Amino acid sequence: MMRYTKWTSSGRPWIWLNAAAIAISILMVVGLVSLLAVRGLSYFWPSDVMQARYSSSDSDGSELSMQVVGEVVEIESVPSSQVIAAGIEVSENQELIQRVLLKQGNRDFFNEDFIWLLDDSIEEIQYPSELVTLERQEWGNFYGKLHQLKENGIVVGTAANSEAVNWSDFSARLERVYAIRGQITEIENAEIQGINFRTNQLRLDVRELEVSGDMTEQRRLQLASQRLVLQSEYENQRQRLLGLNDQIMRDDAEFIVAGGEIVTIKFAAIVRAYRPNQLSIAGKFKVFLSKLGEFLSAEPREANTEGGVFPAIFGTVMMVLLMSVFVTPFGVIAAVYLREYAKQGITTKIIRISVNNLAGVPSIVYGVFGLGFFIYIIGGEIDQLFYSEALPAPTFGTPGLLWASLTLALLTLPVVIVATEEGLARIPRSVREASLALGATKFETLWRVVLPMASPAMMTGLILAVARAAGEVAPLMLVGVVKLAPSLPLDGNYPYLHLDQKFMHLGFHIYDVGFQSSNIEAAKPLVFATAFLLVAVIAALNLSAVSLRNHLREKYKSLEA
Amino acid sequence: MKETKSETETKSLYGSGESGSGSNMGHTLRVRRKVRHFYDRAARYGIAIGGLGIIATMLVIFVFLIAEVQPLFSAASIVSTGDFQISDSPREPGLHLAIDEQARSLLRISTQGRAIFLDLDSGVVISEIPLSIPEGDFINQFALDSEESGVFAYALSNGNVHIAQYLWETEFSSQGSLPAITPRIVYPYGQAALLNLGANMIDAIAIHTDQEDLLLAAIDNLGNLKLFHSVARRNIFNGFNVNYSPPPAITKSIDIKLDPLDRLFIGGDKRLLYGISDSGLAKVYDLKKMVDSETVEIFSEAQLVKTGVQMESIKFLSGGLSLLVADSAGFVSQWFVVRNDDIPTLSSVRRFAGDGTPIIATAVEQRRKNFVALGESGLLSLYNVTSQKRALTNTSFNKKLLAIAIAPRGNKIVAELQGGGFRSWSLDNPHPEVSFSSLWRQVWYESYPEPDYVWQSSSASNDFEPKYSLVPLSFGTLKAAFYAMLIASPLAICGAIYTGYFMAPVLRRKVKPLIELMEALPTVVLGFLAGLWLAPFVESNLPGVISLLLFLPVGVLLFGFLWSQVPKSLRYLVPEGWEAILLIPFILLFAWCCFNFSHPLETIFFAGDMQQWLSSELGISYDQRNAMVVGFAMGFAVIPTVYSIAEDAIFTVPGHLSDGSLALGATSWQSLYHVVLPIASPGIFSALMIGLGRAVGETMIILMATGNTPIMDVNVFEGMRTLAASIAIEVPESEVSSTHYRILFLAATVLFLFTFVVNTIAEVVRQQLRRKYSSI
Repeated sequence: MMRYTKWTSSGRPWIWLNAAAIAISILMVVGLVSLLAVRGLSYFWPSDVMQARYSSSDSDGSELSMQVVGEVVEIESVPSSQVIAAGIEVSENQELIQRVLLKQGNRDFFNEDFIWLLDDSIEEIQYPSELVTLERQEWGNFYGKLHQLKENGIVVGTAANSEAVNWSDFSARLERVYAIRGQITEIENAEIQGINFRTNQLRLDVRELEVSGDMTEQRRLQLASQRLVLQSEYENQRQRLLGLNDQIMRDDAEFIVAGGEIVTIKFAAIVRAYRPNQLSIAGKFKVFLSKLGEFLSAEPREANTEGGVFPAIFGTVMMVLLMSVFVTPFGVIAAVYLREYAKQGITTKIIRISVNNLAGVPSIVYGVFGLGFFIYIIGGEIDQLFYSEALPAPTFGTPGLLWASLTLALLTLPVVIVATEEGLARIPRSVREASLALGATKFETLWRVVLPMASPAMMTGLILAVARAAGEVAPLMLVGVVKLAPSLPLDGNYPYLHLDQKFMHLGFHIYDVGFQSSNIEAAKPLVFATAFLLVAVIAALNLSAVSLRNHLREKYKSLEA
Repeated sequence: MKETKSETETKSLYGSGESGSGSNMGHTLRVRRKVRHFYDRAARYGIAIGGLGIIATMLVIFVFLIAEVQPLFSAASIVSTGDFQISDSPREPGLHLAIDEQARSLLRISTQGRAIFLDLDSGVVISEIPLSIPEGDFINQFALDSEESGVFAYALSNGNVHIAQYLWETEFSSQGSLPAITPRIVYPYGQAALLNLGANMIDAIAIHTDQEDLLLAAIDNLGNLKLFHSVARRNIFNGFNVNYSPPPAITKSIDIKLDPLDRLFIGGDKRLLYGISDSGLAKVYDLKKMVDSETVEIFSEAQLVKTGVQMESIKFLSGGLSLLVADSAGFVSQWFVVRNDDIPTLSSVRRFAGDGTPIIATAVEQRRKNFVALGESGLLSLYNVTSQKRALTNTSFNKKLLAIAIAPRGNKIVAELQGGGFRSWSLDNPHPEVSFSSLWRQVWYESYPEPDYVWQSSSASNDFEPKYSLVPLSFGTLKAAFYAMLIASPLAICGAIYTGYFMAPVLRRKVKPLIELMEALPTVVLGFLAGLWLAPFVESNLPGVISLLLFLPVGVLLFGFLWSQVPKSLRYLVPEGWEAILLIPFILLFAWCCFNFSHPLETIFFAGDMQQWLSSELGISYDQRNAMVVGFAMGFAVIPTVYSIAEDAIFTVPGHLSDGSLALGATSWQSLYHVVLPIASPGIFSALMIGLGRAVGETMIILMATGNTPIMDVNVFEGMRTLAASIAIEVPESEVSSTHYRILFLAATVLFLFTFVVNTIAEVVRQQLRRKYSSI
């Protein structure tokens, strides 16, 4: 007891509680980042496919026994009463029951692609080496055993062939399909999009001439002939596409799914195929890298729930770059004014309060401002002046890349100002005085001496601003982000950078796929992966900014001395 | 050195005039100096403009928001657009006035069955269509279905009841010119009489039609009620097909004996029949029962006016739910049926006062809950029932006013003068639904049992009463911020105290950037984890989470005490300032235990299901995405903000102050508590303020981690909807410059002002703190 009162009167308990607070905070950050890393990266890792027999009895007494095939996603234990309440019969004396979430895929053949199974009722668990995982263009994953292959509807390999022979034949045919698909994408993305773009431009030219009244018969003929050229070009490409489509549809594969049924899968529908149970660690790592590569470089599939996030990465980068162009000069000038030019007094006080308020205004308010002011007022005015031929379809009077960048530039302005100001404050007075004493004007001192020395601070500010902008979603939802953009904001069509276009964004992608898609369970791993990517990028940016800042501090410490 | 020399040189040259051999070199130098000075001055102004641009930006945002919001609160304006006389002034008494969609044509139906369509600008008769009634007969009773459908019933002196419809066919021609309108009278249910009451005088008729049903009621002076019901499955793509002629598919005629009534109304929901006698007694009958089983049940009775007061006019407000009763005492009262304990009761909801003279006529707007009342003195009042906002115009007439009509878009009012003239007003009333009271006070909405705060901005139906109370949203915002601060402030401030005062410097250099990294985590990621990972986790481990929250502090204290009893040799392995690291494995272990015992706890104490237990035993409902989850997630977002400012405040307290205290024999905790904290407290306060500002404006976490239902309940296990989330969800789908759009801008302004105040306080406090340090 004595010991206890002594301990409490020393104030040690408070110190322990305070220590606990910081320990919890550390745990929260580390835990969150590791959770994202584990769940995000495991999305790319090919997991083993289980085959088992599942027998269960319903509360109405009906017995059910079936074969199940799939990936184990999650195991959890729940109180038995909750299971009984759901109408499933279990033995009463058990308090907790283990249940398994199995991803059985094959959404087009079974009703559900995810099922909960009671752990106790799963028997004969096997991991047969011949089980194949297919990632498909549609309907999500497929699990089954390869039965036979067909070319133009005629069986080429038979069941008599060994599984290995069949598999190598399968792989060869898949390679061929990949090659054809590459050509199709090439035509669709480069050729046809270009033709569409030019056709639209032609239409707008006609409109413009009609509105201005400059349409002459000669011009009309000229434009009509141009349109004919485009049409024939389009027809050519379309024929090529049709031919390729016929080729890609040549092969089919038959698979045996859980329960023994034989189903046919078109090769054209397959994105990736592997036999996870047979893969070595190195093999799995290869699949991991290939999936990671697809994630970073491919277009999304199946309403964004599968495939890659390349357009979102690209959109985020474009937006952030454009934003930097706007925010850096303004932020640096404001900081220079505050630190170098302004007399410290009521004006600087008000500016400082404004900067702090700009930093504190909720981001959604910037979104509202961007929508109302930039888009509807300025954008609407621009449309009236320069794009009247496209009206009533708005060009700049609608959310787009330019407005999103401007809005986020406002949002991140305080970050740049604060960081630059700090950098300017660290430059010793003596440096400036030396320059002035040599006869340089104030501006020359600033331009030749101060700003170069402060450039790492400006970089720090810019990096922090970029990190902030990359993670901001709420205002973007109002000023230019879409769930699926038909084309990238930068392409081969004049004027190459399309400032009026809507774009995709990693942060919005997370919100959209995680909360707006119909099959959230199937989309969740992808969302984890996207979230991890975003966090990794932002953390890297922040850490580099911090190290840059520290480097700067060290540098001026030595100057000071 | 060189520069100064050249300067003196130029000066002397200037003094001796512009000639001599050195002038060439001096000239270029002078130009150069001029250019340099020009640059210097330009930069000075340019940079000053840039700096002041920050204030300008702030002002532009503020002014823009205010400018978008301001029209909400401006009153409607009524401007007289003059009188017109029609050449052939109608001598027959009028029954009904109506205006077309474009507000270009006026319809007047008279007792002799003449429908006259006038051009509103010129007063010229466009067309005159007689209703199908026998020669010499006249209309004895008239009832309108709704202003929107234009379907009306009329009873003739021979006891026949017919149905007709007026409409303006609009034909859009080439761009620029006004569309052509052709007025027509059609008979959607045929020209034949649908009801006949025989020789008795018809006292009242009522009609209701919609896509499927036609309900027609008529009562004679002995109280014999005849009901006609027909169900016609119309082709919905045809809508109100003008040429609809085939007889209704299923029809039913019902005879019922009631007490004599002077006015009949059929409610918009087709369930209620209102019978009102001239004395002001209103009875609400169960119409469904009448139609289905031919029995009479009176739901409710009410006296609409005091004795001695005459009812002047009774009309349905748009939507057919509220009755507007205008009386001779100068009031218009709104009545609707309220279901209390499932018994429909006709209740007086609110009254609108004119200038005390009898209200002689009212007109209701088609799509909004607006109406116009005309006083005998000539006072024209325009009201909105939801906001109780009114606009008035006093007009002196030398002629008596008889009737009044308002255009469907609410942009024109026309009154009929005695003797056949008309007077028109144009009306600008863009946002009638909004007033201070409709935004911030309880409003008794149609069909609601009592006044309430409701946010419901849109609905499928056209005549819906928009409910724009900002109270549930503000409440949700504060609730979310409160729970977030509840989690964040102890963790952030205690963490800051430990890091800033007790922690070993080596460790501090690692920990601080780590916590600041937390600030960089995008809120969309936090929201996603909260919604899809934390919410289900908390739901299935609720007892574990609660026991962790409750017992972790106790556990930590116990651990600390036990550690102090550990032999010194072991204790000195972890030097002071490293306790936090020691605690990490302990907290992990503790949390693991809590979650492992979660299900056993649930089985023992809560019958296996804590959510079930909460709702059955305590009456607390449980949402998966609730305020607790939001508190954790948003707390996570707020912690680094508060932490980093508070830590700065504590760390920068000069070391010699606490050294002095320690030297006088105080323990380190005592020096912290009595010396360091008082000095750092303004900094901690401003940290909390900035954290609060961040919590209030946070959008993505709320959007993803709550159900976004605008309910007002402090229950930690229920969700909320905040101002920011409403803006994010609703702005993209609201029409530009509509009331809804402006109200969302108002929500943004409220957020802006709130954070402005909070941040300014924080900044002022911080600036004072800075001054204080400099003096120490």
